[in-house]
Amino acid sequence: MKKIACLALVFAGLAGAAHAAGETPVPPQLNWSWQGPFGTYDRAQLQRGFKVYREVCQACHNIKYVRFRNLSEPGGPEFSAAQVRALAAEYKIKDGPNDSGEMFERPGRPADAFPWTFPNEQAAAAANGGKAPPDLSLMVKARTYERGFPWFILDALRQYSENGADYLTALLTGYEDPPQGVEVPAGGYYNKYYPGHIIAMPKPLSDGQVEYPKGPNGQPVVPETVAQYAKDVTAFLAWAAEPHLEARKRLGFIVIAFLLLLTGLMYFTKKKVWADVGGEIEDRPVTTFKGPG
Amino acid sequence: MPAHAKERPRGDAGSHCMRICARAWSPALSRFQSASIFGPCDTVHANQLREPVADSIASVEPTRRDFLYIATGAAAAVGAAGLAWPFVSSLAPDADTVAAGAPVELDLTPIAPGQIVKVFWRGKLIFVRHRTEEEIKAAQDVNLATLKDPQPDSARVKEGHAQWLVVYGNCTHLGCVPLGQQGEFKGWFCPCHGSVFDTSGRIRQGPAPINLPIPPYTFVSDTKIRIGEGATA
Amino acid sequence: MSKHATTYVPKSAFAKWFESRLPIVGLIHSSFVAFPVPRNLNYWWTFGGVLFFMLVMQIITGVVLAMHYTPNANLAFDSVERIMRDVNYGWLLRYLHANGASMFFVAVYIHIFRNFYYGSYKAPREVLFILGIIIFLLMMATAFMGYVLPWGQMSFWGATVITNLFSAVPIIGDTIVSLLWGGYSVGNPTLNRFFSLHYLLPFMIFGVVILHVWALHVPGNNNPTGIEMKSGKDAVPFHPYMTVKDGFSLVLFLIFFAWWVFYMPNYLGHADNYIPANPSVTPSHIVPEWYFLPFYAILRAVPDKLGGVVAMVAAILIWALVPWLDTSKVRSAVYRPLYRQFFWVWFAVCILLGWLGSKPAEGGYVIAARIATIYYFAHFLIILPLLGLFERPQRMPGSIVESVLGRGAAAPVPAGATAAPQTQG
Repeated sequence: MKKIACLALVFAGLAGAAHAAGETPVPPQLNWSWQGPFGTYDRAQLQRGFKVYREVCQACHNIKYVRFRNLSEPGGPEFSAAQVRALAAEYKIKDGPNDSGEMFERPGRPADAFPWTFPNEQAAAAANGGKAPPDLSLMVKARTYERGFPWFILDALRQYSENGADYLTALLTGYEDPPQGVEVPAGGYYNKYYPGHIIAMPKPLSDGQVEYPKGPNGQPVVPETVAQYAKDVTAFLAWAAEPHLEARKRLGFIVIAFLLLLTGLMYFTKKKVWADVGGEIEDRPVTTFKGPG
Repeated sequence: MPAHAKERPRGDAGSHCMRICARAWSPALSRFQSASIFGPCDTVHANQLREPVADSIASVEPTRRDFLYIATGAAAAVGAAGLAWPFVSSLAPDADTVAAGAPVELDLTPIAPGQIVKVFWRGKLIFVRHRTEEEIKAAQDVNLATLKDPQPDSARVKEGHAQWLVVYGNCTHLGCVPLGQQGEFKGWFCPCHGSVFDTSGRIRQGPAPINLPIPPYTFVSDTKIRIGEGATA
Repeated sequence: MSKHATTYVPKSAFAKWFESRLPIVGLIHSSFVAFPVPRNLNYWWTFGGVLFFMLVMQIITGVVLAMHYTPNANLAFDSVERIMRDVNYGWLLRYLHANGASMFFVAVYIHIFRNFYYGSYKAPREVLFILGIIIFLLMMATAFMGYVLPWGQMSFWGATVITNLFSAVPIIGDTIVSLLWGGYSVGNPTLNRFFSLHYLLPFMIFGVVILHVWALHVPGNNNPTGIEMKSGKDAVPFHPYMTVKDGFSLVLFLIFFAWWVFYMPNYLGHADNYIPANPSVTPSHIVPEWYFLPFYAILRAVPDKLGGVVAMVAAILIWALVPWLDTSKVRSAVYRPLYRQFFWVWFAVCILLGWLGSKPAEGGYVIAARIATIYYFAHFLIILPLLGLFERPQRMPGSIVESVLGRGAAAPVPAGATAAPQTQG
């Protein structure tokens, strides 16, 4: 923990230095429940994140690859099937044509995908200053930042692949006043983590904006702050981008354990087989042979 | 460097193998079909190596060795089977296809007596038939003993809704779609291989082995049915 | 003679009947069971087996993925997401296939570097080596077209950049490019034909692999000493000695493979490829997959469009001349003290080029890439021919058995040495 904190400090320091130089700072590396070989999503966090998504992001964005039924499937927020049915029914889904050839709207079903607020890309662009808000289904996998040499080798060894989540949280909390001398054009907003710093999305989150579940003492279990909202909605979007992560890591453990067992068996089998001819030559061949040439 | 060494890398000056190889080579090529295309160089024969060794193997702890080989082979076989499973499983209907099998509702009011309406549920064709009085009577007045797949008409409709027959629309022989109001019993007649169904969808003549099956459905009201209710995913 | 053509003796009456009509069991037996291999092959020699496994793995995962994939510019991206989300184990199949491509290249690069280190390309294995180069080129084409199929941003812009390379060809360049595209830009026709070719090429690779194995089995394996087998004592039968060794190596390789597939499945790819293809926006930093980076660096190092393409293609084709550019009488770097050092320098240059390929083409990176490119070619065109003339090889053992058993031995190993082998474990 201490190490991570130290590392975070170093990064924060680096980020600060880079920021001062006008560069895009490196997003701080956060602790995510799903990182590492045994990581799993935090159900409560995904449910809170979904609430933030619904009450904030959904006004402009969509998660078109996510179906309502996914919300009750194992490895996700795991709402109950009844909750999902009720939720889906709150959305209007365009369907048709019916027998008289008309398109019609009906209440959503669990099998439906999330509908978008806007009828199409052009309408979304027109309503948002010329640029359509991107779909968020894959956002966590579609964003990253450069780690460079030699980090990429270390990252591969310690399984760090949460770049996208770190970036997204940093972005959501990275709105600030532009530094002296930076001109922010109309329709743009200053964000220190956005490449180029001028982002078309206004600051989406503010403290106390979304009501969180209360604990027994009547207080929210987690703070209703921008930092917390950003983390929770990022976690939800991480699940939306990689819904089978838990199954993947679970199967990975079984596969690698099995392969290690097989490695052992193969090793001894190989030794036994090669014993017939006096053993395997596992060294490099003799380079300084001293026999008569 | 002597001239003859130019042909072969040093240390291979004798080139014993290559000479033997070359001898073995041409006959091997001429015997292309019956012999080996991959291994014409039989300078070193595996059997020459193995025979003296084989004797010594047999005498040295055969059981432990065998156990190790069997264990390794079995583990590898388990691994191969495990690897095959995702591939086979991926061929099954995917989550989207299964979920799209959500129940469909059908309003019965526009269906006139004597009319057959076709609907799809999970991509499967379903006939919804509004039967006339004569058709119901014909379906009920049958000696069950004469049927290939004996089933009373009452078991094929919902109680109190005898005018509505809901059956899968593919012949139980090989899956063609039978033609309505045709054949000897004015039920269905399958144009492919001549199976004849009565007004209860039961097989009466021809190669089909069983009656047209009934999909899961319920009456939501007197004029509305829900197909697929209660079906397992 | 004919008695030794194959040692397979059919046992049952059916096997005899069958063998006299189609002698395939005998063929397999003599090629993969009784086939003599040098007993001193080290683990770098096991990657041929790993590569064969990877080829089969890629074909099987690919065939199953093709059952779920839709090669249409409007549907491709969605169909890949459907595989990832809805198809049973679809995420596993796709990650196996995508990371499998990377693993395939890891293995093939090890295989190629081993070939250069131990001089396996030298006579009489030139054709074997050139067939290997052809396989490598086919692999690159297949991998490139496969990367286009998900129709993400990197797919689209990778396809645009690579197909535009052909416009460097004088006179007919533009015609070639429009033939590749089937339109005036990369679009649906391009995706369709790439899918078709991506499905076809692996089977062509499989065919050339058969020729490669055939060409291997004529002279037999090279080995770390570079000395040909001279007697039965130098060899072991392929089965069980090499099968078990290859199998052991394969299992270790699979652990490495599983690490990526299950824990870091997107690490070797590009985040931008999770953004659907958009012909109006190019990603800010466009680089190919890691296995193309050294060649990409060479492409960018040359300031001329045609020159860059020529240099990039030549970087691979020059390998085909190496059996003749290398003038040394000695095969293996083990007995070539100078070549051994130059080999590692060249290896480092290849890695450096790979790193430079991932960097933006500006400033010091371009200069470094130019120097590395010049060295890359100088290694083959200048260093290899000269080394053979000036290098004094180390003294070599008389045979493989001597190198294996004769550590410190004062005399050539007597016949029957195998009867009293050194205990190696």
